[in-house]
Amino acid sequence: MPRPTWPPTSRQPPERRSRLKCKHNVVSRSNNNQPYYSKGSVSMSTTPTARSARTAVNWRELLLSALVPILAIITALLIGALIIAATGASVIAAYSGLFIGAFGSLSAISNTLVESTPFIFAGLAVALGFKCGLFNVGAEGQLGIGAICAAVAGFAFKGLPGIIHVPLALLVGAAGGAIWGAVPGFLRARAGAHEVIVTIMMNYISIRLTDYLIKNTFRDTKASAPRTPFIQESAQLPLLLGPEFRLHAGFLLAIVVAVFINWLINRTTTGFEIRTVGENPSAAKYAGMSITKNFVLAMALSGALAGLAGAVTVLGVEHNLKSSFSAGYGMDSIAVALLAKSSPIGILPAALFWGALRNGAGLMQLQSGISINLINIIQALVIVFVAAPDIIRLVYRIKKVDSRQAVATRGWGS
Amino acid sequence: MKLFNRARIVGLIGMLFACLLFLLVSNHIAWEALSTLRITSPGAKFSDPSLLDIRLPTLLTIAILSLGLIGTGIFMFIRSYTRIIPIYVGSMIFIGMFTILIWAISGDRVDLVDLLARTVRLATPIALGAIAGILCERSGIVNIAIEGLMLTGACVGFIIALLTGNPWLGVLAAILAGGAIVMLHALLSIQFKTDQTISGTVINILAVGVTGFLRTSVILPLQAAGSVGNPLPNLPIPLLSQIPILGPIFFNHQPIAYSMLIMVPLMTVLLFRTPWGLRTRSIGENPRAADTMGIDVIRMRYMNVLFAGFVAGLAGAWFSLEATFNFDDVMTNGRGFIALAAMIFGNWTPAGALGGAMLFSFSDALQIKIQGFDFALPPQFIQMLPYIITIIVLTGVVGRTRGPAAAGKPYEK
Repeated sequence: MPRPTWPPTSRQPPERRSRLKCKHNVVSRSNNNQPYYSKGSVSMSTTPTARSARTAVNWRELLLSALVPILAIITALLIGALIIAATGASVIAAYSGLFIGAFGSLSAISNTLVESTPFIFAGLAVALGFKCGLFNVGAEGQLGIGAICAAVAGFAFKGLPGIIHVPLALLVGAAGGAIWGAVPGFLRARAGAHEVIVTIMMNYISIRLTDYLIKNTFRDTKASAPRTPFIQESAQLPLLLGPEFRLHAGFLLAIVVAVFINWLINRTTTGFEIRTVGENPSAAKYAGMSITKNFVLAMALSGALAGLAGAVTVLGVEHNLKSSFSAGYGMDSIAVALLAKSSPIGILPAALFWGALRNGAGLMQLQSGISINLINIIQALVIVFVAAPDIIRLVYRIKKVDSRQAVATRGWGS
Repeated sequence: MKLFNRARIVGLIGMLFACLLFLLVSNHIAWEALSTLRITSPGAKFSDPSLLDIRLPTLLTIAILSLGLIGTGIFMFIRSYTRIIPIYVGSMIFIGMFTILIWAISGDRVDLVDLLARTVRLATPIALGAIAGILCERSGIVNIAIEGLMLTGACVGFIIALLTGNPWLGVLAAILAGGAIVMLHALLSIQFKTDQTISGTVINILAVGVTGFLRTSVILPLQAAGSVGNPLPNLPIPLLSQIPILGPIFFNHQPIAYSMLIMVPLMTVLLFRTPWGLRTRSIGENPRAADTMGIDVIRMRYMNVLFAGFVAGLAGAWFSLEATFNFDDVMTNGRGFIALAAMIFGNWTPAGALGGAMLFSFSDALQIKIQGFDFALPPQFIQMLPYIITIIVLTGVVGRTRGPAAAGKPYEK
């Protein structure tokens, strides 16, 4: 998909071009009443600052950018229904179970939000990497390191007040993740080692390392199963809805961090540099930006976010760390980032959807006997359709987002 | 000349590494300790009299190897000799592993032939996966979906083997399943021009979901109903398997391991000595030029990706039909990604990829082998070794690896 360029960087200036290809140009202008350089595509997630800064919230654009993900979710759920029907179970029982399990009661909603919280952080981590043109497959590893760092900070410091201990443990977790993330960024910038493979390798190293630390160095000798000691009470994230619900302050922190990352990426010089390096490294270099600095910075920030995902889970839910702690958050976080099209604010609904699917799966299985793994299939299908929007456009006969009217009117037709 | 050029840094690292290695071992091992590497005759049990027992004084051997490393390191530092860097780093890795081996078995003995045979066996899925990766990347498609393809192959192959009771049909089904799933990758990345890494990740996620679903809704009910099948048989090659040392290592395996041993030279010849190979490499380096020469780039990419899917499916069958006769959730356990690392390690050549695969499988086999021994290093650190080595290789200290130029870029006419 060609990205719109601003300012226009066509090889020929507009006047000259209109003289040369006069007839063609007149036709194309009269079609959409736009200068030729914005023809082609309206960027969805990567809307340049110049445009989004003009209006605070462009609802129409927001709706348009959400159209493909929403259609993707609907299509995936329809295919999921076909699979359920094929196995002979009741579609209605399954999906109503899924919905009630996720949103049916206050405690279900609380659990859904708790499930979503690590996805918000880890999804932000992957999205931030995408902004810098880096594919951080290492959220899993960074998350594990963040979790063990936070757990150690949680049980090792004694006698601190909660107002200091909680931020301290969170910071330690974020720092661990940041260091783990910065290494691939540095290697990519300096040695050209591809970050996808390096982060995958770092994942396995992280899994082995945390496994060793939990089983040996930080093992709670009183427990029979290998795990770290419980964190101090002062390090536990406060519960938001009282002791009978699991919802903890980490969820609020996640929202704040998402807003912060949105601001950082779209409104600051740092964010501008990161995006520029991501879109066009050679241009960024030519403009005097340091590729190394921005790669390392973006990966360290990304790792810090993933580390926070682990830290929040330890400090808010588990209160200790067992071996084999992370249940595939790494891959899911990529999926969440893709579903949100790397928009930091879009991560919030995407992560909520993910958390809801995970949380509702139990009741779905109970009500209809369908395997929990159906959720994974639905999730994967959603990502297939989001990653290849052309499929969705083909199925629903949506025109390429060339002319804006066509999308809104014909989107739900078939 | 800079004070710290590449050769000097590598030399320093090597010297440091050797010193640390020796100090670490000498802390735990006495000078008198002996390590015995046993070479058994083909078909013999471990208790039978051995063909040859190599008795090495543990610490002395390590000391000599470390001194060799230090000496070469000093030479490299003084002369800043760049040319031997790859050999030097390679021998560093080798000496590291060898040290772990004889350190772990000091005062005891290990069957060297069995260790190497196990290495070949465990290298099978990694090398096959790497060949699948090479086929894709040489024609310009990045394929990180190998993990997912293997998983699907393992699952479908196992289901068919359970249903029919015939493991060979299972292998066929696994191959076809790999081909079917990889077409999704081809469609996404060639037709819809999706980012190829994302497309691969999507397939990995999809494969975990689909195989998990198939396991709970098909495999477990089948097994509960009493369906049992047989794994692929062991097929020792007559005569050849009786050759001492080489026989057990190369000629006493199950079918998929043989297919890997055949595939590596076959692919080398196909890629570098045939018109097909030239075309494949050309569409991976410069598709536009290839198109100008009359090669149908899109069709060729589809065919190569499909073939890669078949190979990856075969690699998947190894897990469920050859190594064990079972299917577990996510049983490939990251081997698909290691295959990619082996591919890069081998600089996108089949033979090199086999070397990379052997490196991984050797440390795997070593770690399995020394589990029984009383050993000071925790097993997690030995398991980490291949990953650390891969990162070192990727950073280009060993010599810059370079992939096909057009890999990852969709081709538009």
